[in-house]
Amino acid sequence: MRLTLGPLQYFWPRDTVYAFYREAAQWPLDVIYLGETVCSKRRELRTRDWIELAHELADTGREVVLSSLALLEAESELSALRRLVENGRLRVEANDMSAVQLLRERGLPFVGGPALNVYNHSTLRLLQQDGLQRLVLGVEFGRATIEELRAHTDPLPELEVAGWGRLPLAYSARCFTARALDLAKDDCGFRCIEHPDGLPLTSRDGTPFLTVNGIQVQTSGACDLGPELDELRAAGVDLVRLYPQREGMAEIVTRFRRALDEAGTLPRHGEENGYWRGTAGMLRIDAS
Amino acid sequence: MRLVCPAGSPPALQAAIDHGADAVYVGFRDQTNARAFPGLNFTEEDLRRGIAYAHARGRHVYVALNTYPSPSGLGAWEAAVDRAAGLGVDALICADMGVLDYAMRRHPSVPRHLSVQGSATTHAALRYYRERFGIARAVLPRVLSLQQVERLCEQDVVPIEVFAFGSLCIMVEGRCQLSSYVTGASPNRHGVCSPAKSVRWIEEADGVRSVTLNDRLIDRFAPDEPAGYPTVCKGRYDVRGEVFHALEEPTSLNTLELLPRLQAAGVVALKVEGRQRGQAYVASVTRVWREALDRLARNPQGWEPDPAWQRELARHAEGRQTTLGPYHRSWH
Repeated sequence: MRLTLGPLQYFWPRDTVYAFYREAAQWPLDVIYLGETVCSKRRELRTRDWIELAHELADTGREVVLSSLALLEAESELSALRRLVENGRLRVEANDMSAVQLLRERGLPFVGGPALNVYNHSTLRLLQQDGLQRLVLGVEFGRATIEELRAHTDPLPELEVAGWGRLPLAYSARCFTARALDLAKDDCGFRCIEHPDGLPLTSRDGTPFLTVNGIQVQTSGACDLGPELDELRAAGVDLVRLYPQREGMAEIVTRFRRALDEAGTLPRHGEENGYWRGTAGMLRIDAS
Repeated sequence: MRLVCPAGSPPALQAAIDHGADAVYVGFRDQTNARAFPGLNFTEEDLRRGIAYAHARGRHVYVALNTYPSPSGLGAWEAAVDRAAGLGVDALICADMGVLDYAMRRHPSVPRHLSVQGSATTHAALRYYRERFGIARAVLPRVLSLQQVERLCEQDVVPIEVFAFGSLCIMVEGRCQLSSYVTGASPNRHGVCSPAKSVRWIEEADGVRSVTLNDRLIDRFAPDEPAGYPTVCKGRYDVRGEVFHALEEPTSLNTLELLPRLQAAGVVALKVEGRQRGQAYVASVTRVWREALDRLARNPQGWEPDPAWQRELARHAEGRQTTLGPYHRSWH
């Protein structure tokens, strides 16, 4: 299995982003995904900056993929998407059907992102005709569904599964960070920048529950499939994705790299794996 | 603009037709639609009769097959497509590309509508579904502002239907995993959100009621505080030390006052939400919207919403509040 760095889901200051990817360029990763997937108002890096950074990273010989926005509403967002699609060199991870359409119209092969609704072989086959070469499985996908997909699909594209990080669970027109700070979305002051790992949301009994990240809602803790790496291998997963977080990323990458190189597994550092077992995502069910 | 009303049962279908719906949308009694609730929806025989009732009065029936089948489940969705087409429905409302593809190949003459669950928000995405599956209409997710809806209509890729009234999903439909994260049951796969079997109400000694979903606390209510159904998005949570409706307050969408603008934009159909609601809701809401649309047709310039309509609609609103929702920028 290969190791990938998923797109940065948070809003970090420009210098922090550049420093992060300078470091990431040194990490033992096979693929780096980058680009703004959550909110087009986050412009510490503009689309052309992301493309330039992606091209620089690709110059080091690494596979680099540009990730597209999951929820498009405005014409300006489509224009940014067009620039991404026409970057002239790198593949794009399509995170909505607008991206699929722009890629397909240009005959460009692409990666299907986790925000596309691909639940069965028939949908997958249609997207393969459109140019899909790799599918990052949606968060609800578990082991059993992968096996089902495999039984029905020939040839399968490369399959990628999120192995570490807070999972994206929902997107909205409303900005929950702005709401929490009692700001209008149109006048949000880009305050997401103050929350480099999102804003924690807890139940009224104090149980950590979700993470608010602008217009996106995520799991509270980092989903961790380190202990299930054997099962991922057995299911024929080709790539394991790690989602960036503010602290400790180098160590997480190193840990997963070692486990992949040694064909081993990892002790659990993170949280729930319910989706992998075909149950509620928040449930933590360790292998028996 | 055509008025598209919900029916979760044969009496509701009849009520919608009797009170002026141009079309009624329904689902089968299984997971193939996004309101797969116990005791709700149509058997094949129900649907046959419902279609006869509607067609005899010159109205239409649409069947929602708008959930996403797994690889082994796809056959059941295809069978549902065949069943609906065989009964002579006027349109299929689908989200999954595999289901749309099957419907197009097998029953090309039955119009296909892209469900709100298909989550198409741009003209590029709409182009995809038109070119790939020949959709005749698309229902827009409840995330776009009115201006954005107007612009999409201008692009004229495919006729547009929008939500006009009913409960309000705060998240982009078709892309919300909150229910599945907490309960394992998802709108996309199972056609349910925060299912009743996962809900537990706990009454404390002091009269405070707590409500949990799969044992996760969603909210707590003072003894005389009105308590709503605990979908994950409508709970109260603690963010930065403050407890509030961090995602969404229980409100309903009501676009009545936007009617002239929706018409001017070229929206072809207005959808009323609520297949899970009873016959009385369907009758009352359909009657109000019918009257509003008829009055708009007679007098497009001088149209104004009747306060009696708003009072009537407010009776059905969740949490007794109504909002223009995402159509209005300030809501975002």
